[in-house]
Amino acid sequence: MSFDIDVEARVGDFPLKVAFTATTGLTALFGPSGAGKTSVLNMIAGVLRPKRGRIVVDGVTLFDSDEGVNLAPNHRRVGYIFQDARLFPHLSVERNLLYGHKLTAPEARYAHPDQVTALLGIGHLRDRSPRSLSGGEQQRVAIGRALLASPKLLLMDEPLASLDDARKEEILPYIERLRDDLRIPILYVTHAAPEVNRLAGAVVEMSGGRVVSG
Amino acid sequence: MFDFTPAEWEAVHLSLNVGLWGTLGCLPLGFVLAYVLARVDFPLKSLLNGIIYLPLVLPPVVTGFFLLLAFGTRGPLGQFLENTFGITIAFRWTGAALAAAIMGLPLMVRAMRLSIIAVDRRLEMAARTLGASWWRAFFTVTLPLALPGILAGAVLCFAKSFGEFGATITFVSNIPGETRTLPIAIYSLLQSPGGEAAALRLAGLSVVVSLAAVLGAEWMERRIITRAGT
Repeated sequence: MSFDIDVEARVGDFPLKVAFTATTGLTALFGPSGAGKTSVLNMIAGVLRPKRGRIVVDGVTLFDSDEGVNLAPNHRRVGYIFQDARLFPHLSVERNLLYGHKLTAPEARYAHPDQVTALLGIGHLRDRSPRSLSGGEQQRVAIGRALLASPKLLLMDEPLASLDDARKEEILPYIERLRDDLRIPILYVTHAAPEVNRLAGAVVEMSGGRVVSG
Repeated sequence: MFDFTPAEWEAVHLSLNVGLWGTLGCLPLGFVLAYVLARVDFPLKSLLNGIIYLPLVLPPVVTGFFLLLAFGTRGPLGQFLENTFGITIAFRWTGAALAAAIMGLPLMVRAMRLSIIAVDRRLEMAARTLGASWWRAFFTVTLPLALPGILAGAVLCFAKSFGEFGATITFVSNIPGETRTLPIAIYSLLQSPGGEAAALRLAGLSVVVSLAAVLGAEWMERRIITRAGT
């Protein structure tokens, strides 16, 4: 599977112009805060509209300004993991995990609940409330929830930034496993060089709304 | 103390009816207004806001007077309803419900608006990326999270509708069995010699109903929070 982006946008008051491709495995989108990394993810997820350009995932055009294509976020099949887990506080862990799974057509599902909970070590948390989980557990559930929607591309926006070092160490092996087991591209936004070195197969470096290398 | 006369029961029954229908009528409009005020930016938003809150700050008799001008038998809206749907509002209990709804609307919108503002929009964004349409995200995330405030708004509106006096008596007058609601009945009793005992009975009853509404809302709110698992 592959991923292709070539877009221009205006974010706040600075112009953003980004083009790169990614393949299966983990590609780090690396750069200082304010470089426009999260805006790139938001455009891919469909919650921020580029001014012009094209975004293609696995042969499916998600956005194309010339052809007037702009798929709604719920039709993009792009998994998004945020810095804060954003679990639904009124639903149990189980129902959080299955939220996107149930909305995915059965023939399009490749992720199985039992496999995903085993992979992330969260099987014992299924009946709990999100509020009773630690930060690391919440983030693992958020990863599981995104995976269970069987996405064709996984976006991770500084998923470790709000965790302390011990919690980071708790999550990192799981992300390595995702990288090695999943047959989809993962775009991983970070400004932490150690995470890039440990996780990334490819690096796209951004600064001031531009790709500077990669 | 609690052996009410048929006329008193009528007033109680009428007030409950007015409160119920006033609140039910308010709910859809109140929610849409609250949602728009909480989420959408548009020109003249503060003007709309001001108009919704107007009944809260205007003397109720002024609101009743405006209602009379608009919905009275000769008022433009009153004539429209009469000619188009055959509905008469003036001097009917439906008019009392309308007055109650308009007086209760600001309280309802205020409570709902705050609860919608408190819903984290990033959760809705998460739902969308998980495959939920806008409507599904609304019904599975926004609405349940805003529910305690929606409920509180409905109860406030009911309490206001149940006890509305000034706008009601100005708009639909004081007709026994049709527009003489509980507070208007109390007022009438106090105007007649020897009515204090009956007035006190009705006053006690209004305390009971109002307290039950507030406690009931609190109980439901707690249940919602418990279900949400805090």
